[in-house]
Amino acid sequence: MRFFEYEAREVVKRAGIPVTDYGFTTDPAEAREIAQRIGGPTVIKSQVLTGGRMKAGGVKFADTPEQAEEYARDILALEIGGHMPRGVLVDPKAEVAQEYYAGVVWDGTRKQPVMIFSPVGGIDIEQVAEEQPDKVGRRHFSNILPLSDFQAKEVIASTGVTGSALNKLVPIVTRLAKLFVENDMTLVEINPLGLLPDGSFVALDAHMDIENEARGRHKKLLTDLGVGDEETRQAREATPFELAGERVDATDHRGVAGNVTEFDGNLGLVIGAGGGSLTLFDAVRAHGGKPANYCEIGGNPSVAKACGLAKLVLQKPGVDKIAVMMSIVSNTRVDIVARGVIKACIELGMDPAEKIAIFRIPGAWEEEGFKILEKYGVDYADRSVSLNEAARRAVEKIEPHPPVAA
Amino acid sequence: MSILIDASTTFIVQGITGREAVNLTRECLDYGEGAKVVGGVTPGRLGREVHGVPVFDTVAQAVAHHGAPIYGSVVTVPPAFTKDAVFEAIENGIKLIVIVTERIPRRDVAEMVELATLRGARIIGPNCLGVIVPDVVKMGGIGGPARNAAQAYTPGPIGVISRSGGMTTEMSSTLSAAGLGQSTAVSIGGDAIIGSSYAELMPQFEADEQTRGIVIYTEPGGRMEAELARWVTDNNSRLPIVAFMAGRFMDEMPGMSFGHAGTIVEGIQDTATEKIARLAQAGIAVAERIEDIPEMIRTKIAERAGATEGSPA
Amino acid sequence: MRADGIFIAVEVSDEAASDAALAAKLAEACPVDIFAQAGSGTLELVERNLDECVLCGLCLTAAPDATVKIIKLYDGEATLAPA
Repeated sequence: MRFFEYEAREVVKRAGIPVTDYGFTTDPAEAREIAQRIGGPTVIKSQVLTGGRMKAGGVKFADTPEQAEEYARDILALEIGGHMPRGVLVDPKAEVAQEYYAGVVWDGTRKQPVMIFSPVGGIDIEQVAEEQPDKVGRRHFSNILPLSDFQAKEVIASTGVTGSALNKLVPIVTRLAKLFVENDMTLVEINPLGLLPDGSFVALDAHMDIENEARGRHKKLLTDLGVGDEETRQAREATPFELAGERVDATDHRGVAGNVTEFDGNLGLVIGAGGGSLTLFDAVRAHGGKPANYCEIGGNPSVAKACGLAKLVLQKPGVDKIAVMMSIVSNTRVDIVARGVIKACIELGMDPAEKIAIFRIPGAWEEEGFKILEKYGVDYADRSVSLNEAARRAVEKIEPHPPVAA
Repeated sequence: MSILIDASTTFIVQGITGREAVNLTRECLDYGEGAKVVGGVTPGRLGREVHGVPVFDTVAQAVAHHGAPIYGSVVTVPPAFTKDAVFEAIENGIKLIVIVTERIPRRDVAEMVELATLRGARIIGPNCLGVIVPDVVKMGGIGGPARNAAQAYTPGPIGVISRSGGMTTEMSSTLSAAGLGQSTAVSIGGDAIIGSSYAELMPQFEADEQTRGIVIYTEPGGRMEAELARWVTDNNSRLPIVAFMAGRFMDEMPGMSFGHAGTIVEGIQDTATEKIARLAQAGIAVAERIEDIPEMIRTKIAERAGATEGSPA
Repeated sequence: MRADGIFIAVEVSDEAASDAALAAKLAEACPVDIFAQAGSGTLELVERNLDECVLCGLCLTAAPDATVKIIKLYDGEATLAPA
């Protein structure tokens, strides 16, 4: 989960890294008060999770508190990349002698975190790496041995930085690495890290992602920052259909019938498991099909849960038929899913034979499952029919969208 | 032969009294020649039995009871306790650890892997179904109940490595139906950081005489395919590889995660399109459909055999 | 007594249904809560759970002499054989 800049700066500050005397607000009048307190030119920055703030007009420089208020009002009303800002950050416009970069990310191949440092900051680090590779230092550090200052010193020195700048940067980079580890981050970046005329350093912007799986053990931090449990901060907000999917998955603890994502097609998908769903979704599209949704069944869900998921998809506006397909199952049971999807049709007053375009789930308890499908006249396939072929058959049965009447 | 495990491999199940672990134990005991499950561990349950397997409070007790080093462990404890369980296994001399548990934070996984490396142990997973040597033995829930596993997996020349547990079975079943059995199939797990990547298993398959070709299942997210492509190129591998890439649609939906936790794309290199290009550069064929895999790998194996025979001695 | 779901029906002999001790045993044995005890202690069939039956046969083992029958409505009313 990504943090807003004002949250990331707070985390940086708590780690003992110097930050500017900024303020966060959702109120233009308060923006003026913050600017007054700062007492000089300020930068008003939109707090959105999408990139390209500057280009979109979400960052403005104010000379007076009155101007700060005016710009804050504009920016608070400005949508960027489909997102309204959470608020604005009012930041002193710092005199910066030089901009540096400091970051920490995971290296999944080495399976260790890696510190990244550059004396060329303020621009995308990937661009620096491409254009001036000798100006980007990288250093992995151990997951189990103690983190120590010398590691930060090595990465900074490797970029040619020496003198008092080196000695002032070492604790900042060490603290950043410590913060990364202790808070289960997957990315932390201070960019730019500003060198001020007096020789001190200050974080001028920060980016941070915390690992979703680890949110449970950082409840205090998240509460302090005002991040609620329900805030997932996916690339787009969950739709009502997706929220209904979450409720279906929460009806009981048996198995999974979740991760529902809405699309605007006419073929409803009741599919699984993780890899099977990805494969099937690709296959449906490859045959020209238009999925109404993505989802994942797994872990042997109850009949009620499979039924709930099928009902949700069957009732989605524009859905013509559903395709019930999974890779060969060994834990989830064929007969239980068959009961669930047929029950959904019956309870909605629909004919399973007509509404279920195809049922392709081979594996555990398939003999019982196939008996059920036969009784209700549902078209089904065993493992001799590939995932791709099953998807093709399902797409074939779907009527193309009728032309819209003039 | 096989890689990682064989009929003589001894292992324990940590968290053996959990619902899924009880099933998994039964499945492993029933499959093939019958796995040597020499104990189970659930703290506070010393003295119980699960399908005839004695339960202990600690791994040390299990090792003492066995009277000799135990080679492997299947870890099925909840995410908050997994790291400790794995540390316990490693520090008690276990050499192969299959972690079934899902939703373990990366930091924990990285710590486990680093300790394992330090002690000469190997981790498979997390978020995986384990390892199967067709008709011989399985370690983990891979393939499900013995009867189902026997339907999908057959012995033969293909090594299977997959980031999806279910797709390991789907692909092996397709290979089996086409008369291509498997030497060993490994479900390596769907997370961003895992104990054994494709490239880290390749030396084992390379050294296994039974294996003549490799089939992998992959997804967007991570750099594991680039690592494999590099390994194959650097080591002039004798094994032809065919890959299947699922989740191509995700390229159009940046920032969204589908399927496994590891599919989150954190850079352009992680996308399906980029990975396919990288694999192709290393001579790894990428199949459009699963049903195309058997013919593709058969052809590649035949080509290699022809090239070897044709080359001057 | 007999209760029918869409896929599964459960039939219990009247004698067995009035046996509170057996009702308790069945309620304990069934993993999907098809059997429950009424206020009087006699057996009650939970209709909404009938179709959740996983065909495990634990109820057949708990009840003596075929007093409980699990009927597959999708298979010509075939009864589940005891494990």
